[in-house]
Amino acid sequence: MAKLSVSIGNLQLKNPVLTASGTFGYGIEFADFINLNDLGGFIVKGTTLQPRQGNDYPRMVETPSGMLNCVGLQNKGANYFCQSIYPQLKDLNTNVIVNVSGSSPEDYAECAARIAELDNIPAIELNISCPNVHDGGMAFGVTCSGAASVVKAVRKVYPKTLIVKLSPNVTDIAEIARAVEAEGADSVSLINTLMGMAIDIERRKPILSIKTGGLSGPAVKPVAVRMVYQVAQAVKIPIIGLGGITTAADAIEFLQAGATAVEIGTANFIDPAVTIKVIQGIDQWLNEHNIPDVNGIIGAAL
Amino acid sequence: MKQILNLILVHISHPSDNHALMVLKSEEKLPEILPGQFVEVRVDNSPTTLLRRPISINYVDKVNNEIWLLVHAVGEGTKRLCSLKEGALVNCILPLGRGFTLPECGEKVLLIGGGVGTAPLLYLGELARSIGAYPKFLLGGKTSADVLQKEDFRRIGELYITTEDGSEGEKGFVTNHSVLSAGEFSRIYTCGPKPMMMAVARYAKEKAIFCEASLENMMACGLGACLCCVEKTSEGNLCVCTEGPVFNINKLMWD
Repeated sequence: MAKLSVSIGNLQLKNPVLTASGTFGYGIEFADFINLNDLGGFIVKGTTLQPRQGNDYPRMVETPSGMLNCVGLQNKGANYFCQSIYPQLKDLNTNVIVNVSGSSPEDYAECAARIAELDNIPAIELNISCPNVHDGGMAFGVTCSGAASVVKAVRKVYPKTLIVKLSPNVTDIAEIARAVEAEGADSVSLINTLMGMAIDIERRKPILSIKTGGLSGPAVKPVAVRMVYQVAQAVKIPIIGLGGITTAADAIEFLQAGATAVEIGTANFIDPAVTIKVIQGIDQWLNEHNIPDVNGIIGAAL
Repeated sequence: MKQILNLILVHISHPSDNHALMVLKSEEKLPEILPGQFVEVRVDNSPTTLLRRPISINYVDKVNNEIWLLVHAVGEGTKRLCSLKEGALVNCILPLGRGFTLPECGEKVLLIGGGVGTAPLLYLGELARSIGAYPKFLLGGKTSADVLQKEDFRRIGELYITTEDGSEGEKGFVTNHSVLSAGEFSRIYTCGPKPMMMAVARYAKEKAIFCEASLENMMACGLGACLCCVEKTSEGNLCVCTEGPVFNINKLMWD
């Protein structure tokens, strides 16, 4: 067996496979199918300071090799997470990471500070890139100053590992990555969903309730690999790559593009045990290629 | 406990041009399945179909360790499922969702279905009868050909039919059927097109009859992880896949 452990800042992962926020619930939903402790970690659904109802139905539509969603950060808020979910997760032997969202830099910071109090949550992922909410989300992630303002506010109150999830819906993702690195982010994760639309041609109307949504799934993978490759040349902090990963080969592609770890998202919907298969597949590939340590292939294609 | 199983398609028939009845056998003992629960079926060899398809469990044959799925071919994924041949392996996640509340012994219950929404009512009726309740079925369709599995339903309880063109049973919609005027039912269960279920819900509310409806919202994961399939309820947006698909009508914000 190859060495699979990697580091993201102070965060030690037993293997480079995480799950993407919004596709894995609170993890508990997948406990019938996999041992959560076998993951490098998992990122729970987007959490905001106050509860959010999310957008109206319809919230999803299948597209060629992908899907659009406009869930809109439905969640029961930070207090609910702390009081009802955290007790169920705190004794797991893996990294439980909370994805944090907000409507203003202060809002993000207050939510992050609340999560910081939880001893066994070693990191947060800041979502400045959700395309499905009007107040906050991607609004911060599409400009360097907006992204920097959120990271700056959160960094003041959040001392643990800070991952910032970047939007692909920008002209130059590398400059956004540099901006958040400058404000003290420990890592960047990319990409969030690509903004898209689908139309019901019989009704002659967009299908989703808010007309547009975020595209995920295998369709976005080449875009995500390209962006990881670009950002890997722009920043020194470790990158977590995601976007359309369904197999170990996909994950290895991201690692070779410069990612230190990967997140698996939409594929969890099709195979709830896909994460374990990817971990085993990475190990098998390394063994077949006589590579003793997964760190040996990170950035190999750069 | 939810499981991912490769089931063997031991029999497939086509009760209409655009429906298939699939009989799927498990080599492992099937988990306990409640009426109203569903499976997420993976669609293989279909490049344009990424997500699994949620399909109601039509019937559970515990003796043979088989489940029946009645599939309506409406899109690329369901068309692909309907074209499978006997012997195929069908990858399913099951059992999913919250099922119907079973009636008590001696209760008279009415099961109202339309289109492929009749599917979960067969197993519900069977279990209701097995615990000593008296199930009757009221099924509707555009034409006689749209009302499927009539003989299977008749084996369990009395069957009433409405068709919009009057080709079988009473002409009109299910909510106009004369069996409703008898008013002898203590529970109503419904599954089918939303306008039909909304009309049934209005009737049940007026008569103060316990009523549950099974919803068919579009979903992705089926596990409560993606929050795509939500329905507005008096408790906020709830997932049809985990907090449904069966809801008490008093909880639904249909008014």
